[in-house]
Amino acid sequence: MGTIPNHTPKPHRRSTLFYVVLVLATAGAVIAGLALLLNIAQRKQEAQSPFYRVVELNDSIEDPEIWGKNFPMQYDGYVRTVDQKRTRYGGSEAVPRTPDQADPRSIVAQSRLEQDPRLRTMWAGYAFAVDFREERGHAFMLEDQTYTKRQEVAKQPGTCMHCHASVYVPYKKLGDGDLIKGFEKMNQLPYKEARKLVSHPVACIDCHDPSTMQLRVTRPGFMEGIRALKASQGVADYDVNKMASRQEMRAFVCGQCHVEYYFKGPEKRLVYPWANGLRADQILAYYEETGFKDWTHAESGAPALKAQHPEFEMWNQGIHGRSGVACADCHMPYQREGALKISDHHVQSPLLNINRACQTCHKWSEEELKTRAETNQERTLSLRNTAMDALIQLIGDIKAAKAGGKTDQQLEQARNFQRRAQFLLDFVEAENSSGFHAPQEAVRVLGESINYSRLGQVALRDGKSVAGTD
Amino acid sequence: MDFSRHVHILLAVLLGAAVGVGLYTFVYAKGASYMTDNPGACANCHVMDAHYGAWLKSSHGRVAVCNDCHTPAGFVGKYSVKATNGFWHSFAFTSGWFPDQIQITERNLKVTEGACRKCHSDMVHAIQLTSDDDSFSCIRCHRSVGHLE
Repeated sequence: MGTIPNHTPKPHRRSTLFYVVLVLATAGAVIAGLALLLNIAQRKQEAQSPFYRVVELNDSIEDPEIWGKNFPMQYDGYVRTVDQKRTRYGGSEAVPRTPDQADPRSIVAQSRLEQDPRLRTMWAGYAFAVDFREERGHAFMLEDQTYTKRQEVAKQPGTCMHCHASVYVPYKKLGDGDLIKGFEKMNQLPYKEARKLVSHPVACIDCHDPSTMQLRVTRPGFMEGIRALKASQGVADYDVNKMASRQEMRAFVCGQCHVEYYFKGPEKRLVYPWANGLRADQILAYYEETGFKDWTHAESGAPALKAQHPEFEMWNQGIHGRSGVACADCHMPYQREGALKISDHHVQSPLLNINRACQTCHKWSEEELKTRAETNQERTLSLRNTAMDALIQLIGDIKAAKAGGKTDQQLEQARNFQRRAQFLLDFVEAENSSGFHAPQEAVRVLGESINYSRLGQVALRDGKSVAGTD
Repeated sequence: MDFSRHVHILLAVLLGAAVGVGLYTFVYAKGASYMTDNPGACANCHVMDAHYGAWLKSSHGRVAVCNDCHTPAGFVGKYSVKATNGFWHSFAFTSGWFPDQIQITERNLKVTEGACRKCHSDMVHAIQLTSDDDSFSCIRCHRSVGHLE
């Protein structure tokens, strides 16, 4: 009897629940529909106006933040070059340090000298043996060079600014409107004086024409270097800003700085040693002809050379360079921002961005592509270590021979072999792709280096010239 | 009784609103074009512009349209694949959760493989007879026939 009333409210409760669920489901569907609708509307809108002119740009505006008002997405990527990320064989790690009077940096990159103490022996007597860290992103190029301990042990010229600062506007100011004159003047200033004339790391104006945004070369070192290279190939009076194709410019703007160079003569003119060609041995031949040396090796007395980040030269020897794939294709690949396609201005290792950087052309999985790149790098590094051991042994042998009373004349040939072995090894060591840019070329150069170290030891052992090697 | 009627009216209004929004979105997004075989529809949203352009230049650019290779044969198969892909594409583009260089899924790769073997059965049935596993793939070697590289 008492159980019947309990049954009556149940259907009502059930139907209420049903309605609540139905309303929620309908609401969800409407929200999804509206999200889709608005998204499509937004994309259609974006496709109509790819860019808004907020400020008027001209050839004297150096500050990238002002350019960024017209190109906020590109600027956003550019600012992100502060990131410190590692790949398996490259990239920088953030290392904390206590700021002091001389150096206010609280974060730096890991020391390469601590990772591989053999580098100290290779560069004995040269500033690089004192402080050499993994390079950080573009954002740090000026700061890191200002505060490296190399500045304390060596007097650097203003030439360094060519590639460590946004220098286009300062050059023009210093040269009263003449870029080359400004370049020549700044080269001859002491570093600290030149440092006062610049204020930004590489900026928009260094690669872009402010009125058309087209790529352009603003660095005298590259203009003159590529002219010398083209002259050696039979092209007279090459003017890179008039004669290069758009795709070439997507590599040339990077080649303005990612190259081997030296400071020529007392006027410290920046020169890219390309008059014989871009290969490591062609560059070495150029130095042999001009008799240039960076310093005298402290342990062996050899007239040594320091190679500097020859990415542009190495890329030129590889299959990507051969196929016309430019630096920007992999290091600044196109990315989608809504309905727009822009170049990623967060310049970084393609291994951190495999989908956009590699899979545009290569239809393999990210894992497979990464493995391919790392296999090349691993093999290059393994041979680099062999070449490094060979060089260190040669340096040790020359040092011992010197201590044993051998004359400069008796040591001359071994020292020249050291100079060559060292430059070729350093060429691969300093190149920032761990061999990826041209794997076969990298190991060929290392093979040549090992051979020169061997010949140096033979010269010491026999005490006379090795036939047919000079 | 009265309460229940009110609820029904409210429900009808809500449902109508949902259907209205859905219909408007369908028309605005050129939904009907996706029911056709017109390859232009696949490039409506520009994400596949490059694939569309590469198809035009490829050896199949004059003889096959997107649906010939990217949907299976038969009405049910064709429209169920269209519906599944349509849903996931809308989901991906609205959420933004997809890589810039879009990657074909395993399922869609199988559809394409089936399409190769369907049209070229005269050519490939002998190969199929000698290989009973699914590991061989036409486009492993002939990968530029659909989209020129």
